[in-house]
Amino acid sequence: MRSLLYILTTLGVFGLAFWAYRENYTTQQVLSDTRTLQRQIGDAQVRLSVLRAEWAYLNRPNRLLELAEINFSRLGLLPLRPDQFGRVDEVSYPPDPLLDITNVVETSGLEEQTP
Amino acid sequence: MIRTPLRPLARILPARAKGENPDAIERENIRRRQEEMQVKARARAESRLLVLSLSFLCAFVVIGGRMAVMATSEPSEPLSNATGSVIANQRADIVDREGRLLATNFETHSLYAQPTFMVDPQAAAKGLAQIFPDLKEERLLKDFTGKRKFVWIKKKISPEQKQAVHDLGDPGLLFGPREMRLYPNGSLAAHVLGGASFGKEGVNSAEVIGVAGVEKQFDGYLRDPANGDKPLQLSLDLTVQAAMERVLFGGMRLMGAKGAAAILMDVDTGEVIAVSSLPSFDPNDRPRPSIAGEDPGDNPLFNRAVQGVYELGSTFKIFTAAQALDLGLMNPETMVDIRGPIKWGRFRIKDFHNYGRALSLTRVIVKSSNIGTARVAQMIGAQRQKQFLASLGMFDPTPFEIVEAAGAQPLLPKNWSELSAMTVSYGHGISTSPMHLAAAYAAIANGGHYVSPTVLKQDGPQLGPRVMSEATSAAARKMLRMVVNDSEGTASFGEVPGYSVGGKTGTADKPKPRGGYYENKVIATFASMFPTNDPKYVLVVTLDEPEVYTLGENRRTAGWTAVPVAAELIRRVAPLLGLRPQVEPGQSGGVSLTSN
Repeated sequence: MRSLLYILTTLGVFGLAFWAYRENYTTQQVLSDTRTLQRQIGDAQVRLSVLRAEWAYLNRPNRLLELAEINFSRLGLLPLRPDQFGRVDEVSYPPDPLLDITNVVETSGLEEQTP
Repeated sequence: MIRTPLRPLARILPARAKGENPDAIERENIRRRQEEMQVKARARAESRLLVLSLSFLCAFVVIGGRMAVMATSEPSEPLSNATGSVIANQRADIVDREGRLLATNFETHSLYAQPTFMVDPQAAAKGLAQIFPDLKEERLLKDFTGKRKFVWIKKKISPEQKQAVHDLGDPGLLFGPREMRLYPNGSLAAHVLGGASFGKEGVNSAEVIGVAGVEKQFDGYLRDPANGDKPLQLSLDLTVQAAMERVLFGGMRLMGAKGAAAILMDVDTGEVIAVSSLPSFDPNDRPRPSIAGEDPGDNPLFNRAVQGVYELGSTFKIFTAAQALDLGLMNPETMVDIRGPIKWGRFRIKDFHNYGRALSLTRVIVKSSNIGTARVAQMIGAQRQKQFLASLGMFDPTPFEIVEAAGAQPLLPKNWSELSAMTVSYGHGISTSPMHLAAAYAAIANGGHYVSPTVLKQDGPQLGPRVMSEATSAAARKMLRMVVNDSEGTASFGEVPGYSVGGKTGTADKPKPRGGYYENKVIATFASMFPTNDPKYVLVVTLDEPEVYTLGENRRTAGWTAVPVAAELIRRVAPLLGLRPQVEPGQSGGVSLTSN
């Protein structure tokens, strides 16, 4: 009985040691993954901030103004004027679609034939 | 253990036989027994003390060792804490009210040399001089071959330049990472943004510190790592600002002015939507500050809208009129004696033209009569006038949040005499910044509350203490409207169809640096609000030394210079602000009753 207890305890110690060994290595793996990911996030954020800065630089009002002037013949863009405000009731809505013709009446026979 | 009996017969019997007292033997034995117990107890206590002191020693060693390790180790971010993975910018961005970028950071490199590691200093110096035309080859060679072990060459270089230097292949040329401040819009809103430069510099990094404008005012906020991803949102609107700077620049050129300033302010929130001072500069490459002997007011860094204090002239008349109305001294139709000139000691107050004998208060404002306003000021009195102007914030620097604003202390008369009261009533003898004027006009426009001008985006109206009654502000607005739409008004060029502009012109002679006034140099100002039936915005336009040749003579008055510029500004900017032009009620009067 006692020897069984000894064997079981020894096996338990073996098991726990193996578990601790594995946990240690998984933790180190996760930490190194985190480090890699954080470096990637950092790089992506730097790229993003460069792109944002570039977007702002390309959209700076002076450049847009120059572009509008260069392409004036094609686009005809001018500054917004007060008289360009409209009211909603000035907007012409598209005409109502025609109803489906379901019962066709043959009328060609009644048409007067002209030479 | 064998206990010794206390009264052993072997000793008691011989003792009795000798006639001794056997009790002495018993006491002797008790004493021995106690001695033994004492020795044992002492040994036990000593061993316990030893164990205890050992464990204390261990604890102290562990704690001390841990402290030493923590003190000497490099700090590192907790890796396992995934939520802290946002890698913050070194300095927070600055955005406009719609979230468009005004200032951001950019990764770049600095270039330095360690001459001890250099292979070929001559070739390196020659190559660097070719890559950077502003560097002198001889100077570089002297640095590289001298005794120095470390030389800064460039603080910021572009990726192309970095590659070119890399291609030189000298191991003594090294790069350090740098974060630089970038203003993608160039000179737009330069005076508000200010600029940034490097503070403490090391090889691996450098501090970016604000040197002017909001960059300096909010340096603490922008540098706080906790705010790395929370940009500072300003009240400026990028498109409105761009339109304003363009129109103002054109206006400044047309009117031959050497400088100009304009402020567009929301009357309820105090938000400054656009503010511009010309000439301007590029905050990416700040010009040097003016040196001794130069007029700092002529440096592009000088902010005319916020920093400059000027006598703003007749624009102040409306405050006198409004106060007279508010005190109940007058109503808009009360007649004012305008016979002049008023002589006061050696000082004479006269009008630009002779307007007759008497005018109603409204006409005094419309025609801009100095004499009329001075008479009204006499009725109000110096003390009350002083209080009123103080309540409009005219006595202190504006709370506008850029560092330069705190330096704009208004210049006031030292002794507020009756004469001072009369000149101050039409804007002479008191110098304020255009920002002060905009804040005071906002109080007239929003129904009588002081609002403090701000450059930060606000959530809603920020009305301050009441400075005049609702009725007074309405009456003052009506007068300002008449200055523009009356045929005799001084600002008739300010009419913009659909926007019901109201405002007051001001033309003040420029003071000479050594006292006295220039004959032919003026500051022309137009302070306006629109639309007057429900004011949303205040616009102040100031031109420095304008002069324009129109209809056969040189004209400098604000009505001919600042007003047309302001009108064009409103025409351009109001649609951008989403203001729909409105047909004014009750203006046509086209129908008249006739009978035949």
